Amino acid sequence: MATPLLRAIDLVKSFGGLRATDHLSLDVTEGEVHALIGPNGAGKTTAVGQLIGEIRPDAGQIEFAGEDISRLPPPTRVRRGLARSFQISQLLQDYTALDNVALAVQAREGHSFRFWGAVRRDARLRRAAMAHLEETGLAALADQRTADLSHGQQKQLELAIALATKPRLMLLDEPMAGLGPTETQAMTALLRALKGRIAMLLIEHDMETVFALADRVTVLVSGRSIACGPPAAIRDDAAVRQAYLGDGDA
Amino acid sequence: MDETPASLRWIGLALLALLLALPSLATLAGDPAWVSLATRMLIYALAAVSLDIILGYGGLACFGHAAFYGIGGYTVAILYRHWQTSEPLFGVIPGSTQFLVVIPAAMLAGGVLAAAIGALSLRTAGVQFLMITLAFAQMLFFLFSSLSQYGGNDGMTVRRRNEFPGLDLRDDTVFYYLVLAILLAALFVAHRLVGSRFGRVLGGIRQNERRMAAIGVQSYRYKLAAFVIAGMGGALAGALMVNQARFVSPDMLFWTKSGEMMIMVILGGAGTLIGPVIGAITLTGLEDLLGRIPGWGEHKLFAIGLLLVLVVLFGRGGLYGWLRRRLR
Repeated sequence: MATPLLRAIDLVKSFGGLRATDHLSLDVTEGEVHALIGPNGAGKTTAVGQLIGEIRPDAGQIEFAGEDISRLPPPTRVRRGLARSFQISQLLQDYTALDNVALAVQAREGHSFRFWGAVRRDARLRRAAMAHLEETGLAALADQRTADLSHGQQKQLELAIALATKPRLMLLDEPMAGLGPTETQAMTALLRALKGRIAMLLIEHDMETVFALADRVTVLVSGRSIACGPPAAIRDDAAVRQAYLGDGDA
Repeated sequence: MDETPASLRWIGLALLALLLALPSLATLAGDPAWVSLATRMLIYALAAVSLDIILGYGGLACFGHAAFYGIGGYTVAILYRHWQTSEPLFGVIPGSTQFLVVIPAAMLAGGVLAAAIGALSLRTAGVQFLMITLAFAQMLFFLFSSLSQYGGNDGMTVRRRNEFPGLDLRDDTVFYYLVLAILLAALFVAHRLVGSRFGRVLGGIRQNERRMAAIGVQSYRYKLAAFVIAGMGGALAGALMVNQARFVSPDMLFWTKSGEMMIMVILGGAGTLIGPVIGAITLTGLEDLLGRIPGWGEHKLFAIGLLLVLVVLFGRGGLYGWLRRRLR
């Protein structure tokens, strides 16, 4: 196996008496789709928070591309190529879809201490942003105000913005949450198209998606990884079946 | 959202024409006091626009804009005092009455002060930020109240306006046109600013700071830069006001002044450039008008408060927002 792109080593995080992350280690290799599944309250979102830098672990280390990033703030991690999409959309609701993506392109290009030129007339910036909207199937909605987009479209826009940061790895926090069957299919197809090009850590409830996309699956229960392996193996793992798949949630 | 109804453009042009013709109209009406009232309106407009950069565009509830306004005013007065006594400030900075020296100095002072206050207060947000900015401004109020060499509580008179090569600023009409020109220039600069990459980032920070972090933007730096720009604008307004009134006092730094500026922004329409101008003109005009009604001095603030409540309740986007909706 190649050197992992992202490596979490022995992460521990407690909130009061609750141990939300319990000696969690996992890694994502270049180009891999690694799914993180687990029942509600298993600590998936807390784990993502630590990987992106919003939550500081009590113990453990996080490495990205061979470097220790444990102490870096989220924006710095993003600029190193670690993008994320949010479970509950965090979009700039007053801006258009295109503006949301253009801002990410602008941020990727370096500092924004440019006080004079009109950003709306920056054709190159708009073209680059448009390319990401086309990639995610939102081109027709470029000039729609984000607040007017449907839930599914907002989820797609989340992905377009993440792509615009030119990531090497994307942390996708439930990209299918709240999507209808057709939208879920479209999103799955979209992620499949990106597979291999960009590594992904996929936090997902939808088992069909997980088994369709993932190269490896880690099962999280009570903050601990109880199993990690290819989807087929996970499906047959007795412990997993008992802890998770067997309880009808799947 | 950037569409301006055509009729509104005409109103804007008409307002500009009115402002340009105002001194002549005042002469015709035989009431030269109009010119100084209008000058004050435009200076407050400048202060309100600068506050709106952080309040409306950046979404930062700053309740200490009077600090910058006051520091600008005191820069004019202090440089005047040291020019008068020929004693350099701190033993090194000579006094001056030159507009082209004093005004940049005031803006520099405002910018430095904003950098210091911003560096500390921008680590907080929301109500905490509001309270810290208020506290800093009040600290300056008490500091200047105790500086007896600059008039202390009573303030001090600045006997002459700054001198501008080729212009006679002692003439109220000349000074009025200079202030109008500065306001228009400031509006143009602000217009470019909010439409720039920087402005786009600032608007993003207002809407969702978490999103900005997720695209790799360190919000703090941009908020601080916006704060410094607003501080410089506030100081410019204060410096012009001391030139206009030929008087400075700690009242310029008092928290009610910060409140008035906030009211101007919200009343006129936060997050727009024209809104604060409308708000400043309306509030200053209203205060003047109500002050003329005998026995209304006490109730003046009540009437203004009532107006503010109505605008906030019914006029989403302030007076300017209301106008835009009516004219669409």
